[in-house]
Amino acid sequence: MSVLIDKKTKIIIQGFTGKMGSFHAEEMIKYGSNVVGGVTPGKGGMKHLNLPVFNTVKEAVKNTGATASILFVPPAFAADSAMEAADAGIKTCVAIVDGIPSHDMIKIKRYMRRYSKIDKMTLVGPNCAGVISPGKSMLGIMPGHIYKEGKVGIIGRSGTLGYEAAQQLKNLNIGVSTSVGIGGDPINGSSFKDIIEKFEEDNETEAVLMIGEIGGPQEVTAGKFAKENMKKPVIAYIAGLTAPKGRVMGHAGAIVSAYGESAVEKVELLKESGVIISKNPSVMGETVKSALNGKKN
Amino acid sequence: MDIHEYQAKKILSGFGVTIPRGGIVYSPENAENKARELGGSKWVVKAQVHSGARGKAGGIVVCKSVLEVAQAADRLLGKKLVTNQTGPEGKIINRVYIEEATDIKQELYLGLVFDRSSESIMVVASTEGGMSVEEISKKKPETIIRSKIEVAVGMQKFQAREIAFGLGIESKLIARAADTIIGCYRAFSELDATMVEVNPLVISNQDQILALDCKMSFDNNALFRRNQVSELRDKSQENPNEVYASDRGLNYVSLEGNIGNIINGAGLAMASMDMIKLAGGEPANFLDVGGGATPEKIVKAFKLISMDEKVKVILVNIFAGINRCDWVAEGIVQALQKIEIKVPIVIRLAGTNVDKGNKILKESKINYIEANTLEDAANKAVKALGK
Repeated sequence: MSVLIDKKTKIIIQGFTGKMGSFHAEEMIKYGSNVVGGVTPGKGGMKHLNLPVFNTVKEAVKNTGATASILFVPPAFAADSAMEAADAGIKTCVAIVDGIPSHDMIKIKRYMRRYSKIDKMTLVGPNCAGVISPGKSMLGIMPGHIYKEGKVGIIGRSGTLGYEAAQQLKNLNIGVSTSVGIGGDPINGSSFKDIIEKFEEDNETEAVLMIGEIGGPQEVTAGKFAKENMKKPVIAYIAGLTAPKGRVMGHAGAIVSAYGESAVEKVELLKESGVIISKNPSVMGETVKSALNGKKN
Repeated sequence: MDIHEYQAKKILSGFGVTIPRGGIVYSPENAENKARELGGSKWVVKAQVHSGARGKAGGIVVCKSVLEVAQAADRLLGKKLVTNQTGPEGKIINRVYIEEATDIKQELYLGLVFDRSSESIMVVASTEGGMSVEEISKKKPETIIRSKIEVAVGMQKFQAREIAFGLGIESKLIARAADTIIGCYRAFSELDATMVEVNPLVISNQDQILALDCKMSFDNNALFRRNQVSELRDKSQENPNEVYASDRGLNYVSLEGNIGNIINGAGLAMASMDMIKLAGGEPANFLDVGGGATPEKIVKAFKLISMDEKVKVILVNIFAGINRCDWVAEGIVQALQKIEIKVPIVIRLAGTNVDKGNKILKESKINYIEANTLEDAANKAVKALGK
């Protein structure tokens, strides 16, 4: 098993015929993802990469049975595309794009409240590398080959730091069940807690690595959830020890503006919840390894 | 993006918030004329810099004659104002705002921010205006009123009234106070702001409710649809290297240390800085060239770092995905052929085609120190400082 996507998950690309959409669709297909078509309004009826193009997500879902989508649309139109996906019955939607206004993100989340829990789409991102279930399916822009198939769930804000973790694990011969990039924005589709919950339910995931950073309350919230509800070990690394207060560090959400948002404070709060801390970013792999062996660091 | 006080107040006045009469000036002569034009017998000369705590730093001067106004403007204009928020280098005063003085009966605090836990807009108010919100939450936390606003429907009158009553405002002024609070909310929500802070919001002896000072920040991601806001950017208030970087699509923050960084991805950049610190060094900057790390971006990044005189060693850490290491390595070689770097450079490549990338670097004539892991790179960078 894995979370969010597996070998069979039917995927459509929103913004299919654009440069980014085409490039990453090909990469995903090469990896083995089950891409069944795409959407570009006004180009319905065409074929692109030998796959059908539809005008609307509803049409695409009706004709292909797709349950997952990935957005390659500019930030100004991304909110609209995400809501279209939610309304068409897509279950997992990944937004790669960096630069969606925070007000738009809130709008998407409010819009999705109309659906019951069971009908509600999981939005992953924006400003993220996407989701990969190694050896099964890739719904993202990551280099698939650095991920080994296995039993560790990864949730991270940053793309490249997530790659770093996957490689450290691979070097130790440890694999990944699913890696989910939740993105660096202050308001995101899925939080650490939303995803950690899914990993707890997944019978193939044995431990979860959270790669967090300064800013916002999400890592700590997930830690509290883990303390009360999880049996699997949770390992965390929080980036940004040296980040000055009140400055945005690249990711729009990486800013310390309140108590509990700095790296040091987050680490303290996570420890209180029994989360195992990776002391620095070069030992993420080793810390996971000892946790899997039942040792507490 | 931040804007000046006078710009923020002008925006608020467009949403029905009352502000004292005033005008912006660029010279002592203008200042004197503006004071005459405003009339009265008392004025406030306010340095316009992107910082709070200007009063304590001498940036706000109360004057009792037009001559004093001219003198205050003369003292302030062209100087750098150093506040507890600007850092030691301070911020240049290129314009001052001349305002009629207000007879203050009561000072209140009103702030609006995004609340990341509830993903809504949070209004924070207190009777202790004039103090910073951090100070209020330390010294008078019991005075703080918080109200979460559901963004989909906007702020309701009752919510604004509740805040106004909570602040102890007299009944006859409640409607006016509620309109003021709703005006601030509308400015926040309709202009894609990330922060609106009116401190102090005052009640005058004439029973007017006035925004005496205001700070506003806006969502950079939304500036594309807010032309009237993006026009207000004042680059003179930003670190010149940070302006250079942001104009070229690089995420850069200048810091105090001496190890320059060029890294792809914000999280990896923060992690690399953490490793530098653990190895006993201090980063000179945060620099994210973007996950893709294109050769063009790498050239720009080297140029930017070479402009920073503090930098004694440069650490390059690129984890290549779809952009392969060989492509990144070619970018680095090209950059170093174009830009002369006099300090040691430590390069760590990882990810797709790492061996090919390292081979390209080795076979080029560039002078660098190769590193294999994050830890190795940080240690070598700190060690290179000693050379």
